[in-house]
Amino acid sequence: MGKRVLLIEDEPNIVEAVRYLLTREGWAVDTHSNGATALDAVARRRPDVIVLDAMLPGRSGFDILRDLRTAPDTSAIPVLMLTARGQRRDREMAEAAGASRFMTKPFSNSDIVDCLRELGGHDAA
Amino acid sequence: MPPDPPRDAPLFLARATYRRRRLMDAARLLPVVGAVLFLLPMLWFVSGGTRTAVGGLYLFAIWTGLIVIAAILSRVLVRGEAGGRGRDGPDAAP
Amino acid sequence: MTLSFNLLLAACLAYSALLFIVAFAAEKRARAGRLGILRSPLVYTLSLSIYCTAWTFYGAVGYAARSGLEFVTIYLGPTLVIVGWWAMLRKLVRIGRAQRITSIADLISSRYGKSTALGVLVTLLAVIGTTPYIALQLQSVTLSFSVFTDGGVGDETSTGLWVAAGLALFTILFGTRNLDVNEHHHGIVTAIAVEAVVKLVAILAVGAFVVWGVAGGPTAVFALIDASPIAQWQMQQGRWVTLLLLAATAFVCLPRMFQVMVVENTDETHLATAAWAFPLYLLAMSLFVVPIAVVGLAVLPAGSNPDLFVLNVPLAFDKEWLAMLVFLGGFSSATSMVIVAAIALSTMVSNNIVMPIWLNARRGDATLSGDVRNVVLRARRLSIAGVLALGYLYYRLSGGGGALAAIGLIAFLGVAQVMPALVGGLFWRGATRNGAAAGLIVGFVIWIYALFLPGIGTGTVMSAQFLADGPFDIGWLRPRALFGIDGLDPLVHATLWSLGLNASVFVVVSLLGFPGPLERLQGSEFVNVFRFSTAHKGRSPTTAEAEDLLMMAQRILGAREAQALFQATAARQGKDGYLPDVTSDFLERLEREMAGSVGAATAHAMLGQIAGSGAVSVADLMRVADESAQMMEHSIQLEAKSEELGRTARQLREANEKLTAISIQKDAFLSQISHELRTPMTSIRAFSEILREAGMDRETRDRYAGIIHDEALRLTRLLDDLLDLSVLENGQINLHETDVELTDVIDRACTAALSDGARLTIRRVVADERLMLHTDADRLTQVFINIIANAAKYCDAPSPELRITVSACGDGINVDFIDNGGGIPMAQHAVIFEKFSRLGQTRIAGAGLGLAICREIVARLGGQISYLPGQGGAAFRVNLPQARFGAHAVASVA
Repeated sequence: MGKRVLLIEDEPNIVEAVRYLLTREGWAVDTHSNGATALDAVARRRPDVIVLDAMLPGRSGFDILRDLRTAPDTSAIPVLMLTARGQRRDREMAEAAGASRFMTKPFSNSDIVDCLRELGGHDAA
Repeated sequence: MPPDPPRDAPLFLARATYRRRRLMDAARLLPVVGAVLFLLPMLWFVSGGTRTAVGGLYLFAIWTGLIVIAAILSRVLVRGEAGGRGRDGPDAAP
Repeated sequence: MTLSFNLLLAACLAYSALLFIVAFAAEKRARAGRLGILRSPLVYTLSLSIYCTAWTFYGAVGYAARSGLEFVTIYLGPTLVIVGWWAMLRKLVRIGRAQRITSIADLISSRYGKSTALGVLVTLLAVIGTTPYIALQLQSVTLSFSVFTDGGVGDETSTGLWVAAGLALFTILFGTRNLDVNEHHHGIVTAIAVEAVVKLVAILAVGAFVVWGVAGGPTAVFALIDASPIAQWQMQQGRWVTLLLLAATAFVCLPRMFQVMVVENTDETHLATAAWAFPLYLLAMSLFVVPIAVVGLAVLPAGSNPDLFVLNVPLAFDKEWLAMLVFLGGFSSATSMVIVAAIALSTMVSNNIVMPIWLNARRGDATLSGDVRNVVLRARRLSIAGVLALGYLYYRLSGGGGALAAIGLIAFLGVAQVMPALVGGLFWRGATRNGAAAGLIVGFVIWIYALFLPGIGTGTVMSAQFLADGPFDIGWLRPRALFGIDGLDPLVHATLWSLGLNASVFVVVSLLGFPGPLERLQGSEFVNVFRFSTAHKGRSPTTAEAEDLLMMAQRILGAREAQALFQATAARQGKDGYLPDVTSDFLERLEREMAGSVGAATAHAMLGQIAGSGAVSVADLMRVADESAQMMEHSIQLEAKSEELGRTARQLREANEKLTAISIQKDAFLSQISHELRTPMTSIRAFSEILREAGMDRETRDRYAGIIHDEALRLTRLLDDLLDLSVLENGQINLHETDVELTDVIDRACTAALSDGARLTIRRVVADERLMLHTDADRLTQVFINIIANAAKYCDAPSPELRITVSACGDGINVDFIDNGGGIPMAQHAVIFEKFSRLGQTRIAGAGLGLAICREIVARLGGQISYLPGQGGAAFRVNLPQARFGAHAVASVA
C-alpha cells in the first residue's frame, strides 16, 4: 500500500495539480524542482515511479534520465517523461534515453492517473 | 594640329615635378641666404663701421625681401601640394 | 599724472573680462564644432606672436637705446627659421601631429625610445629656464603700473601677486577645461590672437605718433637718429652671430613657442601662411623701435629708464589715452606669454614627471583602476599654480631689478640646450638616447655654471672672488673664462661652451653607442616622417583583451572618445560592436591617441602593463633596416591586399556564425514558443478538470480558480509580446511621436519597473537628462522599463545598483544603463538581443522576448540599442536621435 512517486518538475502550479491528482489515487507524492540535484533526490527518496519534466533549471531531464538508467540501483525505476515542447524529436530522445512512458503537456488528468497506475502496477507484477 | 595628348602629358608632368623640386630647394636655401645677408654687416666693421640709420635701412630691406620671397614660395608650394594630392588639378598651371 | 590708478585698474579688469569672454566664446564655438575662423591661418600666425613678450614690447626700445641695432637680432633669428619652414618646421609639425606630441619634452622623450628620463630632464630644463622669464613678465606689468602711479598708490609686490593669481585662474580655467585628445585650446589661442592684435596696434600707434607727431616725418627721424647717442652702429660681431643663433633656436625650443607652433597646430598649411605673415608681424613690431628710442633719448630727462620709453614718451606729451593703449599692449604681451608658458610647462610636468611617478606608485593596478584623467587634470592645475608661484617667488627674491633683456637672453640659452637633441632627432637616425641625455646634461650644467648663476647677480650665489679666481682658485674653471678663454662677452662665452660641448658630446656618444630597438624604430619614424607616415608596426601581437584595453582607454581618453575609437576600429575590421581584434596596428593607434593626453612615455608604459612588454619584433627592425623604397611599396601593397582578404574572411566568418546561430535559434524559437504556451495550458487544463468534479470545499475551489486565472493572464501576456514583436518586426507599427523630456520618460520607467518592490538602487544625474526628444514616449518608456527590470532581476551584486547616465553624442544622445553586477560574458553579447535567449540555464519568469522587443522598438524610433562592454557590470546603451531644435525654431519663426 502507498507506492511512492517522485515528481521532478519546476512549475509550481503543475506540481500542485499532479500532486492533488496522485494523492487522491493513493500515491505518496514527493516533489523536487531542481534539475541539478535531481539525482540526489532520487537516491534519497527511493521512489517506485518517477515523473520527470524534460526542461528543468540546472539540468535537462534527458540528461537526468540517462544517468538514472546507467546507475544500477535506479536503472529499473519506471520513468514518465513530461515535455512541453511537443516535438517528435523530444519523444525520440526520451525513448533513446530510456523513458518508460512519454506525455506531452497539456495532458488530461485521467491520462496521467491511468499512466501512473499502469507504471506502478507493472512494477508490482 | 594639336600635339598628341598622351605623349605630351608625361613630359609636362616631369617638367612640373622638376620645377617643384627646384622650388623646394629654393625654399630650403632661403634661410641660408637670409643668414648670410644678415651676417654681412659684420664685414663692414673691418673698415670703420657705419651709421645706424644706414644699417637699419639695409636690415629692413633684406627683411622685406625675405618676406616677399617666402610669401611667393609658400603659395606655390602649398598649391602644388594640394594639386599633387588631388586626382586632377585643373588649375595646376597658373 | 591725470590717469588715476583706479581708472587704470578698471581698464585692466575690463580688458581681462574681454579676454575671458573671447576665450569662452571660442571654446563654445569649438565645442559646437563650428571652428571657422578659430582654425584659420590668421589666428595661427597671431598666436605665434607670443614670441613677443613684455620683454620685446618694453625691452626692445630699452635695448635699442642702450646698444643700437643689436635688438633686431631677436627678431631676425625667428624670421630665418620660419621663412625656412619647408626645411624644418614642416617636419616638426608633421611629426607632432603624427606622433601626438604634447610638448617639447614629450617630443624628445618620444624620439629617443619614449624615454622617461629624457622627458624629466627636458622638463626640468624648461622649468628652470622659464621661471625667470615669467618673473620678467610680472616685473614688467608692475613696472608699467608704477609709471602711472608714480610708485605711490599701489604696492608693487601686491600688484605682482594679483597679476600672478589672475593669470593662474585664467590658465586653469581655459587650459585645463578638459583633457583634450589633441591638446587644442581654442579659447586660449583665440584670446592670444586678440592680444597679439592689441600689442601690435599699441606699438604702431606709438611709432606713428613719434614719427609724425613728434619728429615730423621720416626724414626728420633719420636726422634725429644721426644726432642721437646711438648714431654710430657699434656692432659686436660675436654677440651679433650669437644672438641670431640664440633667437633662432629659442623660437623653436621655447616651451611656449613649441606649444602654439606644433601642439596647437590644427592644419599643416597654416605654416605656409605663417612663413611670411609672421616675419611681417615681427617687422611691424620692430619698425618703430629705433625711432621711439631716439625720441625718448632726446625728449626724456637723462637717467630715465629706457625700458619704459614706450610708456613715458606718450606721457611726456600728455597723450594719456595712447599711454593707456600702450599699457594694455604691454599687459597683453606679458599675460599671453605667461598663460601659454604655464600651459606648456604644466603639460610637461604632469606628463613627464607626475604621471610616471603615479604610475610607478600604483604599479600594476594603475591601468585598471582609479581615474587617470582626474589625476592628470589635477596635476596640471597644480603645476600651473606652481609655475606661477615659482615665477612670483623669483620676482620677489631677485628684487625685480636688472635690465629686462639680460634675463630674457639667459632663458634663451637655457632652452637652446635642447636644440642639438632636437635637430639630431629630426635629421639623423644615428642619434641615440644616451647621446641626447649626455649632451643635454653637459650643456645644462655649463649653462647653469657659466651664465645662470652669475646672472642672478654677483654675490647672491657666486661671490665676486669666486667669479674672478674660480672655485678653489682653479683658474680654468672661472665661470666667465672657462678653460682659460678670457675676455669674451659672458653670453657669447657661455653659448660657445654650452652649445658647443653639448653638440659635441651628443654626437660622440651617439656615434659610439648602439640604440635600442624602440629608439631605432622611433628614430626612423621621425627622420622619415614624410616617407613612412602610413605603415608602421610598433608592437608584436599580444594577448591583451580588448575589453581591458577599452576599460583603460576610457579612463584616459574619456568614455565617449574611447568608445568611438574602438567602435571605428572594429568597424574597419568588419566587426560589429565596441571590441575590435587586438592587432598591433590597433595597439599602435591606441597608444598614439593616449599619448595625446598623457605623453608618449606614459602611454607606452601604461599600455605595456596591459599588452605586455611591447617588445619590438624582428619584422619591425627589418622594416627599419629596409631602405629600398620599391620593396617598401610592394610589401605595403601586399600587406594591404592581405589585410583586405583577412577583413573579408573575418566578415564572412562572422556572417556565417550569425546565420548558424540564427537557424539554431529558429528551431529553438519554435520549441520555446511551444513550451511557453503549453506550460500554463497544462495547469489550466488540469485544474479546470479538477474543478469540474464535485465535492470540494469553497476555499480550495477559489484557490484553483485563482491559479487558472493567473495562468490565463500569463498566456495573454505571452501572446501580447509575440504579437508586439511580430508587428514591430514587420514594421506595421504606428508611432505617436511627441516632444517629451527625457527625464520624464526615465521617471516613468523607474516607477513602473520597480513597482513590485525590487531592491535596486538607481543612480541618476537628473541635470543631464533635461533633454527634449521627439519620440514615442510610451514605447521608449517600455524599453527603459525592460532594461531596468532586467537589471533588477539579473544583477547579482549584494546591493544591486543601476547607474543611468546621459551624454550627447553627435546628433544623438546616449542613455547608458550600467549595473554593478557581474556583467554578461563576451560570448553572449551577440545573442542577448535575439528572441528567447535567456541567459544560462536558469529559468526565470518572463518569456525572454524583452530585449528583442526593445531592439525593435529602438530601431523604429531611429536609434540603436547595444551592449556596452568594459563597464564593470552589465551595461546597455540606448542611442536616440535628439529633437532638432534648429528645425523647430525655424518652423515657429516661419
